Amino acid sequence: MTETLLDIANLHVRFGATTAVAGACLHVSKGEAVGLVGESGSGKSATILAALRLHPADARISATRLTLGGQDVLTLPQPALRRLRGRFAAMIFQDPLTALNPLLTIGTQIAEVLTRHRALSRADARGQAAALLTQVGITDPARRLAQYPHEFSGGMRQRAMIAASLAGDPALLIADEPTTALDVTVQAELVRLIAGLQRQRGMGLLWVTHDLALMAGIVDRVVVMYAGRVMESGPVAALYANPRHPYTIALLESLPRLDQGRGRVLAGGPPDLTRPTSGCVFAPRCSARMPRCVQAPPVFAAGDSHVACWLAAPAGAEVAA
Amino acid sequence: MKEDSSFLKKRSKKLLFHCARCRRGARQQVKVFCFFFSKKKILPSLACLLLGLSFFSAASAPFLAPYPPTRIDLRQRLLPPAWPQPGRPGHLLGTDNVGRDMLSRIIWGARISLAVGLSAALLGAVAGSVLGLCAGFFGGAVDAAISWLINVQLAFPFTLFAIFLLAVFGGGFLPVVGVLALATWVNFARIVRSQTLSLRAQDFVTAAHAVGVGAPRILRRYIFPAVLPSIVVVASFSAAQAILTEAALSFLGVGVDPTIPSWGAMLNLGRNYLQTAWWMATFPGIAIALTVLGANLMGDWLGTRLDPRAR
Amino acid sequence: MAALSEASGVSVRYGGVAALTDVDFAVSAGETVAIIGESGCGKSTLGRTLLLLQPPTSGNVRFRGEDLTALPARALRQRRRFMQMMFQDPYASLNARMTIGETLAEPLVVHGLATWRTARPRVAQMLARVGLDPGVTSRYPHEFSGGQRQRIAIARAVIAGPDLVVADEPLSALDITVQGQILDLLAALQAAQTLTYVFISHDLPVVRHIAGRVAVMLGGRIVEQGPPAEVFATPAHPYTQALLAAVPIPDPALARARMATAAALPAATPAPPNACPFVPRCPAARPICAESMPPLRDIAAHRSAACWLNEVPA
Repeated sequence: MTETLLDIANLHVRFGATTAVAGACLHVSKGEAVGLVGESGSGKSATILAALRLHPADARISATRLTLGGQDVLTLPQPALRRLRGRFAAMIFQDPLTALNPLLTIGTQIAEVLTRHRALSRADARGQAAALLTQVGITDPARRLAQYPHEFSGGMRQRAMIAASLAGDPALLIADEPTTALDVTVQAELVRLIAGLQRQRGMGLLWVTHDLALMAGIVDRVVVMYAGRVMESGPVAALYANPRHPYTIALLESLPRLDQGRGRVLAGGPPDLTRPTSGCVFAPRCSARMPRCVQAPPVFAAGDSHVACWLAAPAGAEVAA
Repeated sequence: MKEDSSFLKKRSKKLLFHCARCRRGARQQVKVFCFFFSKKKILPSLACLLLGLSFFSAASAPFLAPYPPTRIDLRQRLLPPAWPQPGRPGHLLGTDNVGRDMLSRIIWGARISLAVGLSAALLGAVAGSVLGLCAGFFGGAVDAAISWLINVQLAFPFTLFAIFLLAVFGGGFLPVVGVLALATWVNFARIVRSQTLSLRAQDFVTAAHAVGVGAPRILRRYIFPAVLPSIVVVASFSAAQAILTEAALSFLGVGVDPTIPSWGAMLNLGRNYLQTAWWMATFPGIAIALTVLGANLMGDWLGTRLDPRAR
Repeated sequence: MAALSEASGVSVRYGGVAALTDVDFAVSAGETVAIIGESGCGKSTLGRTLLLLQPPTSGNVRFRGEDLTALPARALRQRRRFMQMMFQDPYASLNARMTIGETLAEPLVVHGLATWRTARPRVAQMLARVGLDPGVTSRYPHEFSGGQRQRIAIARAVIAGPDLVVADEPLSALDITVQGQILDLLAALQAAQTLTYVFISHDLPVVRHIAGRVAVMLGGRIVEQGPPAEVFATPAHPYTQALLAAVPIPDPALARARMATAAALPAATPAPPNACPFVPRCPAARPICAESMPPLRDIAAHRSAACWLNEVPA
């Protein structure tokens, strides 16, 4: 039985009048790579921030289950939570320039993680930091350790951030759109790097992105979110070959392809998150809308996939959320 | 927000509950009270209160002041304020060394301080902002010239120079306002210039160029509204500074007009009587402090209110 | 066919950095040309130079046969009615303090096509054309979503009836489903108003279907040009090949296979001056590539590439 690294069940996140996440479920096991896909407003960033309890104090979070490494994140006291962050689960952000401290050298920032979480001496930490930089493909690490973030290119900064996140030897790596701001060639290199590191270290990986095409080569399972809810989740091959939820189908069709013509365009826009509905959130834009959709569908199991759509109803049994 | 006003609501409800006639109006009053004194709004409410007092005094001085401020009555000289050492009940804040009523002089003094403070800030704002906009927008020789001017002025010991100028030209309203505006235009120019420089490079200004909008309209409709919040904030602090400086100049004897009461002049006079008639210097000092505090608080609040909204 | 917009031998330097070096680029009326490349390649600079929003350090820029660099400021502003631009970040490119009614009326008023009052019906018409409610003219940009703001930006660009629209990465800041909607809108407007587009992007699959010609840029130079179908099927320049190899494939099996086999591309380092900008990373680099920049030569009908591999016999 593979160890569960992150387990989220029925997560709700509210900021004032806006409901960012309404009943999301997510699960990452050891050695597994999961992709979390959604457009803006889908709640994907809110979900992972809740997993590490990084939301501001005025966010209202509730969940049936929200465990990281078996421990309940919502009730954990601060010292234990800090130990969890960086050591058990590390996070990489989209913009390395704002995520890294511009006033400290790269070496200092990586060494900080090492001395804090692995209790290494300063000398050992520097040696380890150099080794980490080499692992992430940065040449001449000794020189690079003494440089500041602004002296690195975008791709290298992201590699440095990956090195810093690996320094704590985490079991789970959470990547929040790490390649969105980068050129496509740099992006391909980083994807290769992260996938390789994940396999090598047997880490769990949670990759959050809006780019469905990008995820295909990295992840084992995909979770598709829309307006704060999970629409579909399942093994990657099945999801791309045979998507069940109309939103997933629309997303895949919207992808511009080099080898195929342009697909059908999905009209309309995302719903207003300050006005909760009792029906299916995707119904207003759905081409397969039925009268039944005025009631929000439960999550149905269909083989290894879970689909929150009435269209999946006859084929599978109901799953308790 | 519900949480922080509930405590106040309970307290206010208790106070107002007993008044039978006010019962209907009580809810309204509670609402108004909470609106002005909730955690978020206490800063501007206080600022408005303090500034409002000064403005009100200045505006209604002829009606508000119990006595003419220049009326000398040697029989009533050096009377202490109405509490703690009881003086005559007619003079709430006591009288000065020639029997002039302190309260009336303070009320009338607001006129000078506010007039000077606002005029100096306004003049400095207009001059400084125009120069800053031109320097930032047109660049090149214009920017070099204006930046040189700014640097020269900053390097100069300005207060000494101001005192010298005023000693030469005499005091009086216009020279004082002129000198104070001269002291303050640099603050506006520097901030407006640096903001204009960064705005010029932003997409929405480039987009305006691309549409074919000419320089005058870009300055007026694109750049100026974006720098206005900063100008307003600097103006609040400028006015506060001007009021203080005017008081200092009056204190040194080169102020506006020795015959019209001015808080600074009153401070000057009271200096000699600190041991014997402490109220002569204390009340003008408090008036200055409260007005300047109000202006600074207003500037602070405007700064936080205007900038993020504009984003 | 006479070019609508043409840049000849254009070089642009900011400080010590050469953003564009000796670039020749032309667009004919009715075409949709895409300029693709990664960050720092000079594509945005080229787009701005075509509209003379960025004056070239050398070379000249012609529009409808007229040399823009020789025009006085007032005349240049009048020409701008016919050559417009769209930006990447729709929020940053709209004046946050102007209502969108004023923003949309502005091109008409500035070019003397209407007064503020007579512009109103045309603004309403344009809003409807781009798929927005005509009644929203008193709202401010922050009240709209990203896709809606981009529609407003499009409306502003075409309301005065231009001939040329340079779109600088108009889709990058938008969600995938919205991108499709905006592309449809751009195509519809082009058909209705006979527009010419210069479409700057870093996204190859998007460009594949909307552009009739694509120009690949690297290090401030154009390294390949041609119809997208052909260029992407049989790229003539190693950089184009590298770009294509890096485009994500939404097919798990193919994506994994490619990741396992493809060789890693070294990190980008600055190339020596006068050399081919791809030299530090090119897997097929030869000594001559580090010595001089290959010229952009025709290699087939409507196709050109700047690579020594196409010139020097193997």
